[in-house]
Amino acid sequence: MTALAPAALQSAPASSASAGGGSGIRERSLTWMALPALLMFVAFGVIPLIGVLVLSFTTWDGIGEIRPSGLTSWKAVLTDPGLPHALWVTFLVMALTWIVQTPMSILLGAFLAGQQRYRELLAVLYFIPLLLSSAALAITYKALLDPNFGLGAGLHLPFLAQDWLGRPYLAVGVVIFVVSWQFIPFHALIYQGGVRQIPVTMYEAALIDGAGRVRQFFSITLPQLKYTIITSSTLMVVGSLTFFDLIFVLTAGGPGDATRVLALSMYITGFQANLMGPASAIACILVLVGLALALLLRRLGGDATSSQLEGA
Amino acid sequence: MATVTTSAPTRRPAAKKSADRGSGMRGTVSKNWFGGALSWVWLLIVLVPIYWIIITSFKQQSDYFSTNPLAPPTAPTLSNYLMVVQSDFPRYFVNSVIVTVGSIVPAVLISFLAAFAIVRGRGWLLKATNSLFLMGLAIPLQATIIPVYLIIIRLGLYDTLGAIILPSIAFAIPLSVLVLSNFIRDVPKELFESMRMDGASDWQTLWQLAFPLTRPALVTVTIYNGLGIWNGFLLPLILTQSPEKRLLPLGLWTFQGQYSVNVPAILASVVLTTLPILVLYVIGRRQLMSGLTAGFSK
Repeated sequence: MTALAPAALQSAPASSASAGGGSGIRERSLTWMALPALLMFVAFGVIPLIGVLVLSFTTWDGIGEIRPSGLTSWKAVLTDPGLPHALWVTFLVMALTWIVQTPMSILLGAFLAGQQRYRELLAVLYFIPLLLSSAALAITYKALLDPNFGLGAGLHLPFLAQDWLGRPYLAVGVVIFVVSWQFIPFHALIYQGGVRQIPVTMYEAALIDGAGRVRQFFSITLPQLKYTIITSSTLMVVGSLTFFDLIFVLTAGGPGDATRVLALSMYITGFQANLMGPASAIACILVLVGLALALLLRRLGGDATSSQLEGA
Repeated sequence: MATVTTSAPTRRPAAKKSADRGSGMRGTVSKNWFGGALSWVWLLIVLVPIYWIIITSFKQQSDYFSTNPLAPPTAPTLSNYLMVVQSDFPRYFVNSVIVTVGSIVPAVLISFLAAFAIVRGRGWLLKATNSLFLMGLAIPLQATIIPVYLIIIRLGLYDTLGAIILPSIAFAIPLSVLVLSNFIRDVPKELFESMRMDGASDWQTLWQLAFPLTRPALVTVTIYNGLGIWNGFLLPLILTQSPEKRLLPLGLWTFQGQYSVNVPAILASVVLTTLPILVLYVIGRRQLMSGLTAGFSK
């Protein structure tokens, strides 16, 4: 979602309004068509976005009156030692999920784009984890990894029977694993689409030059996938900011605050501690991080990225 | 996928589709052992937990604590499923269906209209609308939950299904518009022009030309967003509170809290909440795959 690349608009040729009159009327009827979506998005997307900024300068317990309180909420959030930690956990989860998922997705995608006999079947089975809700997954893995009654204990595998969710770094590892388990197939599908668009002639030429499979992968497949990588990465990165429900059900941010990402911090501050002002300030930080990352990725990808969205 | 270039996209005719996939696997005569091994390993990683969920959900609780976790149940039982069906799950299920259908139908419809307008129109307002939606993609919309909560309270909708439906529609718009507009852009311009020449209005063009041609994308967007809404947790958690208004994911969570030691029953509830989606996926799989990988399958 390369989104952010309005280039798509400019490169779309002007629809020939020159073909006869009535283009003013046409434009009006088209504007009417876009209106419902626009209004809906403004009401529940844009206004809340402005609202979250406004609310961060207020004091509100979620029930009573909303009182302006200047920079109080911001001061509270920015001086809270929990914030750098939440940022660190957020970026850690983001980076690690990307590092684990991307190479695996590219390799699987490239493989699935070929003519393997079981490709169809594999693609079907791979997709199943995507159908499970994060809540269901978190509940499942909690039981599966239980040190006393889980898979490890039952199979007498000491390695698997650790206190996975009770140790800070192991818990982060579990989050990374569960996310990858669920989303690698989805990204592999995106890469499969990307690989299929690479002109066959390039591979044929490489073959004539005597390039082997590995060489072909590194000199053709990977460079050609540049925009697909940007697309997939943008989805991964912005998506990782929203791993709220998985972590909420799996660890509730624990042990201690080891898995307390920004989104969770916002929820706990606002809806459990009833401090809506500071929670809104955290939400603002979350929005800023998302925007900054999306812009950064777009910068990396140049402007052609929007043409590469694989319908994620 | 949707190439937004002005030149005609270089697509090979569908007939040859399966014959030549530029994948790097072609031409090289040797089999791709590495890729093959990797994909089977991944399959194992995917299937073991799923297999475990299914067999465990048929185990009796005593069985669960005493047998090998990967062994099939010694005395398979449906009692876990009965227990789930006899609890409040049927109500959660109905609520989830209402919210999902009630969100997805309007969301896809208005996104389709907007996408068509954005592709066909040229006014500043449409351009601005598109830019706004594109920006919406970069923002984790969950971050706006506090003002959404406030708006829902002020509208008097707190603790109703409508409270979940309205934001769900809005959150689904940006991606839907992007995917749909990319697809509509792929429709050859000549088709639109010839319809215009025949005196068709924009609305006629929309329904008679764009709608049938973008069907794969419509299915994709429907399934993708439907999945997100069906499995959504944050909106119901914050915007509803009474058990009568609970949706499945939240129901799972509370169920797990109540029956934390009865793992087979919890896993039966996991299976039952996933089953409807699995059925839909099996039905719409081809469309979804072609839509996701953006095969412009006519």
